[in-house]
Order: sequence, then C-alpha cells, then structure tokens
Amino acid sequence: MGLQFKYAGDQAILVEVGEGIDPRTSGKVRSLAQKVESCSIPGFGEVILGYRSLLVNYDPLIISDDEVIQWLQRWGQEPEVIQRSEARLVEIPTLYGGEWGPDLEDVAAHNGLTPQEVVEIHSGGDYHVYFLGFIPGYPFMGGMSEKIATPRLSSPRVAIPAGSVGIAGKQTGIYPIQSPGGWRLIGRTPLRLYDPNRTPPFLLQAGDRVKFIPINEDEFSEIHESVLQGRYRPMTRGESVEPN
Amino acid sequence: MSRTEPVFEVIHPGMLTTVQDLGRRGYQKYGLAVSGAADAHAHRMANLLLGNPVDAATLEVTLMGLKVRVLKPAVIAITGGDLDPRLNGQPLPMWSTVPVHPGDVIHFSGCKSGCRAYLAVSGGIDVPVVLGSRSTDLLGGIGGVAGRKLEKGDLLFAGPARVPADKVLRRRLHPDWVPQYPRQVEVRVVLGPQEGAFTPDGIATFLSSEYTVSTTSDRMGLRLMGPTVGHKHGADILSEGLFMGAVQVPQNGQPIVFLVGRQSVGGYTKIAGVITVDMPWLAQLKPGDTIRFRQVTVAEAHRLLREYERFFAAIKVWGSSHLSA
Repeated sequence: MGLQFKYAGDQAILVEVGEGIDPRTSGKVRSLAQKVESCSIPGFGEVILGYRSLLVNYDPLIISDDEVIQWLQRWGQEPEVIQRSEARLVEIPTLYGGEWGPDLEDVAAHNGLTPQEVVEIHSGGDYHVYFLGFIPGYPFMGGMSEKIATPRLSSPRVAIPAGSVGIAGKQTGIYPIQSPGGWRLIGRTPLRLYDPNRTPPFLLQAGDRVKFIPINEDEFSEIHESVLQGRYRPMTRGESVEPN
Repeated sequence: MSRTEPVFEVIHPGMLTTVQDLGRRGYQKYGLAVSGAADAHAHRMANLLLGNPVDAATLEVTLMGLKVRVLKPAVIAITGGDLDPRLNGQPLPMWSTVPVHPGDVIHFSGCKSGCRAYLAVSGGIDVPVVLGSRSTDLLGGIGGVAGRKLEKGDLLFAGPARVPADKVLRRRLHPDWVPQYPRQVEVRVVLGPQEGAFTPDGIATFLSSEYTVSTTSDRMGLRLMGPTVGHKHGADILSEGLFMGAVQVPQNGQPIVFLVGRQSVGGYTKIAGVITVDMPWLAQLKPGDTIRFRQVTVAEAHRLLREYERFFAAIKVWGSSHLSA
C-alpha cells in the first residue's frame, strides 16, 4: 500500500506504511525514520516507531502539516536506506526457569511440552526487534515459534524484576526496569537493557536481531557481576548501519 | 553567584515535587518519556517574570505540602495552581517576583485552585542535564535530583542569573492575564488518528458528554469516567507512537488523555488529540474535576497556537521594557 497520513493532534502526523507485523514493513518504517532524522529541514521533530507506522512530530510554527506530508510522501518513494541483512545480532544470556522464570512450567504445560523443550524452542530461533517503547528500552520482538505461544496472565503481576524474559501470545520481550506486567516469565537475563549511566543507555535498537543463550546460575552470577562493574560487552554479530 | 552554595533546603517534600524544564526530546523512540512541566504555560511564565530562559528548570509542586528553607538571597516567582503559597506564614503573591532571604521558609500550605504550582528562582534550578534535559523522569529514573521526587534534606542550587536580581524585583503579571483554573473545563480536540474505529454514536457521545477525572490520574495521563465511547469492532491496534494530548479509548470506553509523563507507544485506539494551547488547562485538573471536548480543525488549532505565541512574545517585550519596578 502507499503511505497513509493521519493527524495525531496538532503537532504530529502518523504515517502508516503497511498492514501487519512483518520485518519488511518494519524496514520501511525504519527507513522513513532515518530520512526524517537525517534531514535538516527546520520544524521536523522526533519520531516514534511502531509496528507498521511512524509518528512524526513537527512544530507547526515552523513548518506546515502540508509540507510535512509532502516531504514524507517524497521520502516514501525513494529507495529504502536499510537492508534487513545488515541487522546486528545481539546475544542475550538467559537463565531459564526456577525463581528466574516462574511461569516456565505453565508455558510448557499449556503447550504440551517439557520445560526443557520450551527452553530449546525459545533459544533456538532469533527474534526481530521492531521498535523500543512503552517503558525505557523495552524491545517489541516478533518471530517466536507458535509452539510455545501462551496467553498473558489473567491477572498481571504488580512488580516484575528487571531482566525478566516474558512471553505473551506470539511475542517475547524483556523487562528493562522493574515494572508491572502480565507476560509469562520464563527466565531472566543479567544484562541491563536500560542503564541511564551508560552511553548509550539502551542495549538494543530497532532493527536488531536477538538470540537468547541459555546459561546456568554460575554464569548468571559471573555476568551479573561484570555488568555491575561495567565490564560486560554483549556479544554481537554483524554491524548495524543505524546510529545508536 | 556561587554554585557551591545551595539556595533551598527541602524541609518537607509535599505530596510530589519534582524538578522540571520543558522536557527531554529525541528519546521517545527508545521508550523514554518527554517529561517536563505538565503546565508549560505556567512554567514559562514563571521564568519570564525572572528573566530566565523559558526552559530554565523550576520545581513542580503537586497539590500541597512542599516546604523549603531559603539558604541564600534570591528572587523567586510562583505561578500555576494556587496552592496557597506562604512566606514565613504570610500569603505570598503569585505571578510576581518576590525577594527571599536566608532563613525564610516557603510553604505551599493547601490547594485553593488548580493542581500544580511552579516555584522558579532566578538563574533556574541547577541540576545536571541528563540526555538533554533537567526534567525528572520518575519511570526512567533520570533527571532532577537523582531521578527521583524531592526528599527531606535535599539541597537545591540555582544557576547563574541572566538578569541581575535588582532588575526583576517587583515584577508582576497583569491580573487580566493571570489564568483562573476552573474545576470544569472545555478543551478543543482534533479528531484522529483512529476516529474511524468508533461508531458515529461513540464520537457523538465523546463530543457531547462531561467526563470526570478519576483518582488514578497522574503526570502520565488523566483517566476519565463518563458515558461509554463505543467502538465499531474493538479497541486493540498494533502498537504505535503516542503524542501529547492523545485521547486513547480502551475497550471499556472510558477515555484516557496523555500528558507529559506518557509512555511512548500504545496499543489502543485514539479518538482525538487535545490541541497544544489547551494542554495547560488539563495539567491543572484534579480528581473530581470535569472535562468536555469540542472539535476543531487542525488549521484552527494552528491559528490558535500562533495567536498564543504572539501573546507570549508581546508579554516578553512588555516585560523587558516595562515590568521592572
């Protein structure tokens, strides 16, 4: 489909670039975001990525809504600037089950699997980071196997510890900070997805691929310690073309 | 002015007091809130009175209770909701500059009107700039004083004043321009981006009913209670960016209006967006207050914004040449 433009209040335009959740649409969203961010046209403000849309903020005292739409229309017709094959792959060491993943057994039971099979399936694939949002550094990730899809808890937890790895339907995610939430928790990573004292503060970015690596308690403690000391460098493969 | 000497000591932090400027731009795509003063108009006006840049940091005081001791001579201005500010127990004039001296106690003793007051000091509240802003973001744990609300014993510093203290003494805003904060407001909205997800009845209900602010409202948003806004099919959409003033309607049909502390994305339909010039009124509502929504066009919203900025610029000119005593 062509780009669809919708007013979002009087200082933002929502651009819809596609219909569903898929990496191709996501690539178009990121490409358009990069064009807005790298243009030096006065009046364009910050952008927020969604699954199939880009929210473009603008200052109506400097640029008109018509001009904003014209620019976006033009950029939408240009070739995309980001290729999915160039995405970075970030490894997330994860301790599955036990107190770290209190819902692992329920997820297994729900899908007629053993907990070990759930871990193998969850850590077997890699995931696409569509965008970050909701709370600081939270990755919205797709690509999880239907075999372990599990609905949200009927009653959300009040406080989920930072680093918790969860499942909701066909999505998987990681809580960067302690927060309430209804996702099924299957494990925890010692990595910090959001650390305001680090540059950059966010471990992941839109367009990254993520792979979960099962670890044991000793490895968890070891990595946790080196994260606390600021020595940990996450394992990545491939280079991202996006500025972080 | 020496940076090493604090200007205020917090004796009592009140219900919720944070350091705020005009917000943190450029990080919503990572999930960080914009933050900033919920009532940007009152915040800017307080700075204007003192000759500060409009984005100098102020203290945003919620409902009541902040008590600070003055530690060095300074000039202050208090704007926004009337939280009955007192200087050593005596009523302290708002929308005016007031000199304060070591040993003075500034106390917000109760709530007469509005919800949030702004305490500005010449030179601005000086806290470290984090990711481009001094604003406190409680969820992200950054900005302000250690990323948290003020606590007893906190010491606050002022930056260097841009205009000498004697030049801003006894300035006040003309009473005609002092906003009154009613407990019933009508705010203007632009429909969209998902107005098509609602039934015609749902939209008519939204635009003709009175909604009451619930007790669960905060800097993130105002949760409203009132007649149900009906959807055609459902309230879920694929998560997308949220904007200032967005009016989201989840499946229960009860609108939520997003303010400065909002999350960056949401997965529910939005029926409308409150226009920029009306946002400060929302920031001054408290539980039990009511809102009505009236539709305008985007062109009208932009015309009103230009008019507001002309008004603000006129006050600036007037202020710099005639406001001094």
